[in-house]
Amino acid sequence: MHQLSTAVFGPGFFTSPQVHVAASIGAIVAVVSAVTGVFTVMRGQSFAGHALGDVSAAGGSGALLLGLTPLPGFVGAGIAGAGVMDMIGVQRLRGRDLATGIVLGAAIGLSALFLYLGATSGSATGATQQILFGSIFTIPPGTVAAVAILGALALACIGAVARPLLLATLSPDIAAARGAPVRLVGLLFMLALAVSVALSALAIGAILSTALLIGPAAAALRVTTTVPRALVTACLTGVAATWLGILLSYDSYYWGAGHQALPVSFFIVAIIFVTYLATGLPGARAARRRAPATTAAAAADQDGIAA
Amino acid sequence: MFAGFMINAWVTATIVAVVAGVVGYFVVLRGEAFPAHAIPKGAFAGAAGAALLGISTLIGLAVFSLLGALAIGTLGRRGRNDVVTALTLVMMLALGAAFLSRTTQYEPEIYSLLFGEILGVSASQILPITVLAAVCLAAVAAFYRPLTLTSVVPEIAEARGIRGRRVEIAFLIVLALATTMTVPVTGALLIFSLMIGPPAAARSLTSRPGLAMILSVAIALVTVWAAIAASYLYNWPVGFFVGALAALSYGTGRAWAAWRRTRARALSGRDSQLIAQATGRAG
Repeated sequence: MHQLSTAVFGPGFFTSPQVHVAASIGAIVAVVSAVTGVFTVMRGQSFAGHALGDVSAAGGSGALLLGLTPLPGFVGAGIAGAGVMDMIGVQRLRGRDLATGIVLGAAIGLSALFLYLGATSGSATGATQQILFGSIFTIPPGTVAAVAILGALALACIGAVARPLLLATLSPDIAAARGAPVRLVGLLFMLALAVSVALSALAIGAILSTALLIGPAAAALRVTTTVPRALVTACLTGVAATWLGILLSYDSYYWGAGHQALPVSFFIVAIIFVTYLATGLPGARAARRRAPATTAAAAADQDGIAA
Repeated sequence: MFAGFMINAWVTATIVAVVAGVVGYFVVLRGEAFPAHAIPKGAFAGAAGAALLGISTLIGLAVFSLLGALAIGTLGRRGRNDVVTALTLVMMLALGAAFLSRTTQYEPEIYSLLFGEILGVSASQILPITVLAAVCLAAVAAFYRPLTLTSVVPEIAEARGIRGRRVEIAFLIVLALATTMTVPVTGALLIFSLMIGPPAAARSLTSRPGLAMILSVAIALVTVWAAIAASYLYNWPVGFFVGALAALSYGTGRAWAAWRRTRARALSGRDSQLIAQATGRAG
């Protein structure tokens, strides 16, 4: 038994403080991303969710340039980006992806500039990798509290607007007819999305935050029949993928003679991707045909637009 | 800035702008900004892997961009699918991250693959880039009609027997080829700015397809040339100027379109006043 346990869990896995921090932050980020992601996928805003990741990266590299930690940069830039996208009108269907794309392009341009300035000023070494791919094992323990608070805020925001948001997503005309503040609710959602993406950018990098946002949510929506069940399934899937990814990355240090670990983000994304593909298998999809809530989501998923 | 070593950059950039303008026109028409972003970014992972194996990065770009195009085209249902695009993209990027972790590559390598390195284009790369560009443009010319039909009136296209899925996959492959040839110049992250900003601006200026495509290429050319000149003069990355200028052209296009709408409304208001006067009725 002891032999098996040391084979599966690398030496010192349960006692390592970095693993504790990684697992805590990973779990918080996974839950926040999963909940936000379910609504993102239902609203067909996967591109915006991904774009906000790159916008966060611009903020992160800007923050490093100023000598700060990346997190305030991630969050600040994300919120600013979400605001600009909303202003240009990403909520309306026509030309929505163009507006997202332009904001994204401008943000990436800024990233290029900040990273270049950082490299030439000699300050942030390894900045590119850290910003873009995350460094979950090197997050200072004090960050856990900040991540938890911001995560709770994002979840609270979504919880507050969940009902009008669902209505606006599934039946925008009825929502408008009932006088639901569709525009405001959409903006609040975008802000929560920005915070969620910023947090996961910290954990697995700006580029890969999309995986935690979209993957578990999309997989859950494919196999569950109601929104609450999708939310729970997405959270469980996200946390499982994150913890398994942390474990595998930790273990990979001991594989082979190289003593070089594979990045956590790689494992997390790979697990999520495979899980999503698995939900496409014939047996898994049977559950989808029944419920109205996720049927609309499936239709949105198919056409890539908000239902 | 027109010294010998810069000639490669100017020539390549011109070719890039032409392809971006043409292919980008359809990207905007079909609303496929996300795949246009995802495929180059995923291709970056391939370039990193190729560098690891000591092969030409161009081959790595080509293989991964094609894989990405095929994955998005086949895994997605009924044309575009944002979720599949997102997941395919991050899967390829994660592979890139894994490749990079295996090497002792210096940062500048990653940086230039992602953001472009205008001075890094060698003369030997110009020929393959030109060939790929020619293939892209030939492909677009070859299936221009089905492409346009499926983009604008998909139901009618289906009724005429044009298989939307096949056209979609073919277009994504063209996008992949366009990616491969342009990433060395503008970098994986910014090529799509060229494929979105200028064409979107062009479509704001005119609705006639032929003219819009020509304008799209023209604006793309101006954007790239200005970006290279600015980068040469101020030493800031080309990508920064591309992103900024693309946003500028998009914004200008929208402002122009909005101004034309307001003017049209004002004019029609004045016309109805004149008619009312002429017919003796109150305006």
